[in-house]
Amino acid sequence: MNPLLSDLTLEGALPQAEEKKPDSTPKKTVQMPIGVPGYTLHEEPREVPETEPPVWPVNKDLKYVGQSVERWDGPAKVSGRAKYTADVQLPGMLYAKFANASVPHARVVSVDTSAAERYPGVKAVHVITHVIGGAVLRDPSLEQVKYPVVRYAGQPIAAVAATTPYAAEEAAALIKIDYEKLPFVVDMDKAREENSPLVFPGAADQAGSAGGGGGPRNVSQTGNVHGPAIKKEGDIEQGLKQADVVVEGRYITQVQTHSALETHGVVADWKPEMLTVWASTQGTASVREEFAAFFNIPASQVRVITEFMGGGFGAKFGAGNHGVVAAALSKKTGAPVRLMLDREEEHLSVGNRPSSDQMLRIGAKKDGEITGIHLVSYGTAGCGTGAGCSGPASNLYKYTALHTEENDVFINAGPGAAMRAPGHPQGAWALEQTIDELAVKLEMDPIDLREKTDPHPVRRVERQIVRESDLWKSRNPKAGADTGPVKRGVGLAQSVWYRFVSGNSNAEVRVHKDGSIEVLSAVQDIGSGIKTVFAQIIAEQFGVPPAQVAIKIGDTNYPQGPNSGGSVTTLSITPVVRDAAWQASQKFLADIAPAYGASAGDLVLVDGEVRSKSGKMKPVSFKRAAAKMTTDQITVQAKRVPDYDRNKYLTYGGVDVAEVKVDTELGRIQVTRVLSVHDCGRPMNPSLVKSQINGGIIQGISYTLYENRLLDPNYGLMVNPNLDMYKIAGSREVPEIDVRLVESYIGQSSTDASGIGEAAGVVSIGAAIGNAVYNAIGVRVRRMPMTPSVVLAALRRPRPEMELA
Amino acid sequence: MNAFTLADCTTVDGALSQLKDGAVVKAGGVDLLDRMKNGTTQPEKLVNIRNISALRGIEETDKGLKIGALATLTEISEHPVIRKQYQILSDACGSAATPHIRNMATVGGNLLQPVQCWYYRSAEFQCLRKGKDFCFAFNGLNQYHAIMDYGTCPAVAPSSSAVALLGLNAAVELVSAKRGKRLVAIKDLYVHPDANPTKFTVIEPDELLTGVMIPKPAPGTRSAYQKYGEKDSFDWAVADAGIVLEMDGNTCRRAVVTMGAASPVVRRSPQAEAELTGKPITEAAARAAGKAAMQGATPLSMNAYKVDMFPVAIYRTVLLAAGQMDRDPRAAG
Repeated sequence: MNPLLSDLTLEGALPQAEEKKPDSTPKKTVQMPIGVPGYTLHEEPREVPETEPPVWPVNKDLKYVGQSVERWDGPAKVSGRAKYTADVQLPGMLYAKFANASVPHARVVSVDTSAAERYPGVKAVHVITHVIGGAVLRDPSLEQVKYPVVRYAGQPIAAVAATTPYAAEEAAALIKIDYEKLPFVVDMDKAREENSPLVFPGAADQAGSAGGGGGPRNVSQTGNVHGPAIKKEGDIEQGLKQADVVVEGRYITQVQTHSALETHGVVADWKPEMLTVWASTQGTASVREEFAAFFNIPASQVRVITEFMGGGFGAKFGAGNHGVVAAALSKKTGAPVRLMLDREEEHLSVGNRPSSDQMLRIGAKKDGEITGIHLVSYGTAGCGTGAGCSGPASNLYKYTALHTEENDVFINAGPGAAMRAPGHPQGAWALEQTIDELAVKLEMDPIDLREKTDPHPVRRVERQIVRESDLWKSRNPKAGADTGPVKRGVGLAQSVWYRFVSGNSNAEVRVHKDGSIEVLSAVQDIGSGIKTVFAQIIAEQFGVPPAQVAIKIGDTNYPQGPNSGGSVTTLSITPVVRDAAWQASQKFLADIAPAYGASAGDLVLVDGEVRSKSGKMKPVSFKRAAAKMTTDQITVQAKRVPDYDRNKYLTYGGVDVAEVKVDTELGRIQVTRVLSVHDCGRPMNPSLVKSQINGGIIQGISYTLYENRLLDPNYGLMVNPNLDMYKIAGSREVPEIDVRLVESYIGQSSTDASGIGEAAGVVSIGAAIGNAVYNAIGVRVRRMPMTPSVVLAALRRPRPEMELA
Repeated sequence: MNAFTLADCTTVDGALSQLKDGAVVKAGGVDLLDRMKNGTTQPEKLVNIRNISALRGIEETDKGLKIGALATLTEISEHPVIRKQYQILSDACGSAATPHIRNMATVGGNLLQPVQCWYYRSAEFQCLRKGKDFCFAFNGLNQYHAIMDYGTCPAVAPSSSAVALLGLNAAVELVSAKRGKRLVAIKDLYVHPDANPTKFTVIEPDELLTGVMIPKPAPGTRSAYQKYGEKDSFDWAVADAGIVLEMDGNTCRRAVVTMGAASPVVRRSPQAEAELTGKPITEAAARAAGKAAMQGATPLSMNAYKVDMFPVAIYRTVLLAAGQMDRDPRAAG
């Protein structure tokens, strides 16, 4: 098994290799399109369950699926009709506000809530006794405490529920917390030192969420260093000895926070028979599970609703402290309680992308064949784990030997969380710059080198598209060739992500006698547009316009859906909807056939009409035919059929090209153009896929050049917990982005979709910019974010290739 | 944010009568509301002057310009006379923050906002400028802080418009109910931290800034302002430069070089000005001016790069003012 698969703990998302039960389902053999149209398209047989719908042709031969159908809920979103969690207003609803730790490390001696309780409008105060998030001691007896130990500034301690948000805020400030301060460390290098203050008194581990993240459990811990987690294939020293050239570099990346537009939050309504939670989450299922477990109530008594959400990026899977505290306050008061985090809390306490400090060595033969990859990484996920970043080094290229050691370093900062392609932007930052450096040393073209060592058939096509692009052709192979203070450069980098399928994918399709159709699933729309894709699938099956399909999702009252993490949503749930739609259409035809004196087998649904294959019956509109139904409603529920060919280990990715202009006098980098060539199986809706890639590119540029969570080393507090000094790319930082989607048929399901969220540019754009900067100025910048301070320092180095900025 | 009362005023006299007992003036409410939200300012009473129509407008007089305190940065940056004759001010007002903020922010508020420093602007850090005796920046994170003339506090001057108005030798009109009107030159408006760390400007609590007076530029005046941040959109200046050149043909009769993000108080650089005065404007002279402006710079542990960036901002803006270089499309705004 590929080494990476053991790292990712996606609940319910089963890597292909793990599903090998004997299968007695009746099967049929079908011919499926495989490969890339225009390049490698051909047909292959697949054995599929007999109940599976007919194989779809490639996108150009479909009417709705594969087309850029407009967002089903676009009008609701732009007009403000869409109701997000913070828009939920319930009668008698209270507003809750946290009191958070003001120190980075302390035992809480006492919490005095009396003044807060007396504040006008306050209905209840809750003091937290079990904090969610971060690593947990393997031996809990090492800490005998009444209140959770404060391990980072901003950790929630208590909360107030009041009749107005203003009263809640003022009352929360009146909660008196008495601390016994403990020594703290917020600098990763200092935390690695022998005499550093300890974040935990013993070994501690963090579980992953439904979106991945978390770290390995079966590793040693020395001081604050949790690890190493070691992977070995072949003998690395032998591998590097066989090399003609070895390149080596130290690469550093900072902590990034998720900074979704919508902060974390819930409205919780605790009733004796049912806890209802409106949550901004990417996992209605995982949130329900966590509420049920936390309060020890049946899952059937928890309902989670997420009709719209404003971004998650991996940090919004569980109930969270805000969720369970709101529910506890609701239980206490008998009123619904809203608790939305503010921006500062969002930065501090609900997740981040861990940092990395990587030493990477790659050895290769003269012809580019890689003999060894050796990666030693340290990274901090604050008081959590999950800083491993060896995914790209392990999974992009062929090698003779691989040795990776990943270490998490605890510091007194908020816990990391899965964030869009966990570990991969960090890993690719080092790997893809090192591969480029190898190309320089070998005097090879960077695409030629990758052709030699990356066998992925789809990336071969993607590299060909890049090679033939005007942007790549405009690249001067000689680095630093421009004269004048502003120098242009072009660079590329590759990304990889993996196919995870969530077996917890269910949906229901209902056909009504009036010809209306609805789809129901608890799956939530994280923003990528799954509602629209459902409408397209129904439209394709029944011939009705997508806008007329009723899509009801994001509610655990409907059949369980997948949690949206690891790029699983589209590839997991769309075959379910298609199967349900297909089966519903077959039931429908069987039901109405007698009314027309036809046999069900002779009828088909095409372009919104029921037609007879033999021509015995005149075409009749779907709506009129529906009126002949013998019951008011035809209902079909479907679950996920396993991938058709489970022996295939599938990855997908892309190649991103960046053009930069580097102002060498000011050290400022501007990304001027990006070419983004990506695959994601069958693109169900190209414009939605492109939106995700645009977002990934912009988020990646922002990470590479600007974003940085800054902790004051002397006091352990974040100095930029806002969107002013925590710098995020704005409109003028967005380059011209040219997305080229590569349709890549893999024959795995009735829709043959894959995912795009993780691979969408965010993995590779940083390294592409790094390589473009090298191409522009002839100096390699190995530290993120590449601010003027970092770039000017790099330009001033006497031997720029040897040192870290 | 703390609870407060709001006095909504429609006349200057009405506003002045409310300015007592710790009342704080609210115009556009941009910087003030940020500080109220993060808890660094907790006024019991706000005096809203936004509806005082007498404080609006931009007026050309025979002496120069009179800009009402409530003129927005957008109105100033787009005003045809200012664009033509006071380019430095149009540039500076047009490059602050974002278009949305410039539509709300007033010139009075922009001039009077306290210094930019993440320690000062966090309720968690009780620093020198809040009446305590400690500065957290010297041994803390100081990558965006001052590089010269900071004394006890290296927070930087935040106002772009002040950089331009210092260059134009402008003055503000301050009015109080008891003492009437006074004019204070921009160069005298700001208080250095060494003189009084808790007082950022000379304005008294009972005074209202009602307008900005700008003298008519001398014949042959050309001017410009450019600001560089880490980002192009929505960023504070890391290095900025205001340039006013009074030209006789190609010879510079008088030069003014101003900077904001270099120090706690907007400053002129006599050394840079000396490199330009009496000389033709050339790239060499412009670069010499940029270099000279950094004489006496004493960067902190993390901001030496700013000493490299200021000379570039200065030389490029000198050449822009002189018409010898295009505006840098990557300058912020």
